[in-house]
Amino acid sequence: MADALLRLDGVHTHIGQYHILQGVDFEVPRGGLTMLLGRNGAGKTTCLRTIMGLWRASKGNVRLAGHDVTHLATPELARSGVAYVPENMGIFAGLTVRENMLLAARGGPPEAKRLAWIFGLFPALEKFWNALAGNLSGGQKQMLAIARAIIEPRRLLLVDEPTKGLAPAIIANMIEAFRELKRTDTTILVVEQNFSFASALGDTVAVMDSGRIVHTGGMDALVADAALQAKLLGLSLEAQP
Amino acid sequence: MTRAWLPLALVPALALGALPLVASLPTWVTLTVAGLAMGMMIFMMASGLTLVFGLMDVMNFAHGVFISVGAYAAASVLIALQAEAQAPSLAANLAAIGPAMLAAIALAGVLGWFFERVVIRPVYGDHLRQILVTMGGLIVVEQLIIVLWGPDLIPLPRPGALSGSFIFGEAAIERYRVLAIAVGLALFGAMWLVLNRTRIGLLVRAGVENAEMVESLGYRIRRLFVGVFVAGSGLAGLGGVMWAMYQESLSAQMGMQVMVLIFIVVIIGGLGSVGGCFLGALLVGLTANYTGYLAPKVALGSNILLMVLVLLWRPRGLYPVGK
Repeated sequence: MADALLRLDGVHTHIGQYHILQGVDFEVPRGGLTMLLGRNGAGKTTCLRTIMGLWRASKGNVRLAGHDVTHLATPELARSGVAYVPENMGIFAGLTVRENMLLAARGGPPEAKRLAWIFGLFPALEKFWNALAGNLSGGQKQMLAIARAIIEPRRLLLVDEPTKGLAPAIIANMIEAFRELKRTDTTILVVEQNFSFASALGDTVAVMDSGRIVHTGGMDALVADAALQAKLLGLSLEAQP
Repeated sequence: MTRAWLPLALVPALALGALPLVASLPTWVTLTVAGLAMGMMIFMMASGLTLVFGLMDVMNFAHGVFISVGAYAAASVLIALQAEAQAPSLAANLAAIGPAMLAAIALAGVLGWFFERVVIRPVYGDHLRQILVTMGGLIVVEQLIIVLWGPDLIPLPRPGALSGSFIFGEAAIERYRVLAIAVGLALFGAMWLVLNRTRIGLLVRAGVENAEMVESLGYRIRRLFVGVFVAGSGLAGLGGVMWAMYQESLSAQMGMQVMVLIFIVVIIGGLGSVGGCFLGALLVGLTANYTGYLAPKVALGSNILLMVLVLLWRPRGLYPVGK
């Protein structure tokens, strides 16, 4: 297994009076795509938000390429090459598609080559380049959210439930886009409940339950073991293969 | 956004609707210009508050002190430059008003910076405490104004060349109101350009919608907060100068007195929307002037009625900003 780009050691997160993450330990291998699975309320979104610094870990460490980033502010983490696509996509509805992309390109106007590559992944964005992002369909908004995250090369891409509420045809398009993304150097961590999507893309998998990691390993092994799937994921998955 | 043009039609619709009621064209012209001028001044005072509301989710009830402080700073400069301010030459008047406006913007901006650091910063995210501490800050600054400038109403005569009226046929249009409209339009144009043609403007617009996502893209939103708060305070100071010269007097409570109108404008426009704030301010100015002429007894409540009607039609304001 490749070395870990991201490592969480005993991470605890409290939100108000609630103790959500209760000692999360797992690592994301460099250059691969790791799926973080689990039922609703298991703590997957909290885990991503804690990594991103949007919620603070009350205990434990988050390490990025060996550096402790537990207490790094979100903008600093983003500047170190981490991109985040939240569950609600975080699209700026009152800005155009172009303005959304320009804002994400901190280093100046996006490179034409990079933009052409993104338009290849998500052709709808080129078509609606000057349209208000708020007027896009749900699938197009998700495409914009992911395109915005990869407008510049990133070390780590965190994506929260990219298939939530999307039509099957759009999910198929999304799978192709992630396959293309996997050919780059970017390490990807995806929170997902759609097991067919997860199994089609994941190299490694971590499964959460009640604020803890209850399983880590290769995705192939989990796909091949129906009993293990039933034990770990039970009825929590929206779509079995 | 569907039918985004509809709110734009409200201002001409209101003006044209008032014409048959007023019955006299010269009077209607005078009232309309007075309403537009009043709206522009309210816009100057309210534009900063709407951005502070939208971007920082801060309920700043002390916004009125920036208006008062700006007015007092400008009055001090105008008193020092009395010869230029009262000269019959427009150039001499502008030579006094220019530094007075700059002093108002600077002092209100510095006070805004201090206020953000000392009063607002410890209570981000807590609306109840924001209301309490900003009301407390308002009282403290009002009392400081009284200590420094005294408790009495200070007369502030309009500069010589800006007194009196232009006469068009039978319609009289006060010169000062023309200046107010010109300054308001210039300010709106400048804000539109900054918000729509610069990267800082793009960040502000994005931050008003989703500050957390702006941070996730790598931008330090707190710095933007401070910048917007200082700019908003400075604009309130500018509005204070214009309002004080319009009323030809100033008092420590003048900012607080106009806050009701400002809150109405910010709510009508949609929290965080500069375009909505501009439109809302014009509607409030016109409504106040038309009803003041047609039915003086209901004039005080007319803007509340306007707000109720707008919110019944568009509950999040004329141009709601997506959150």
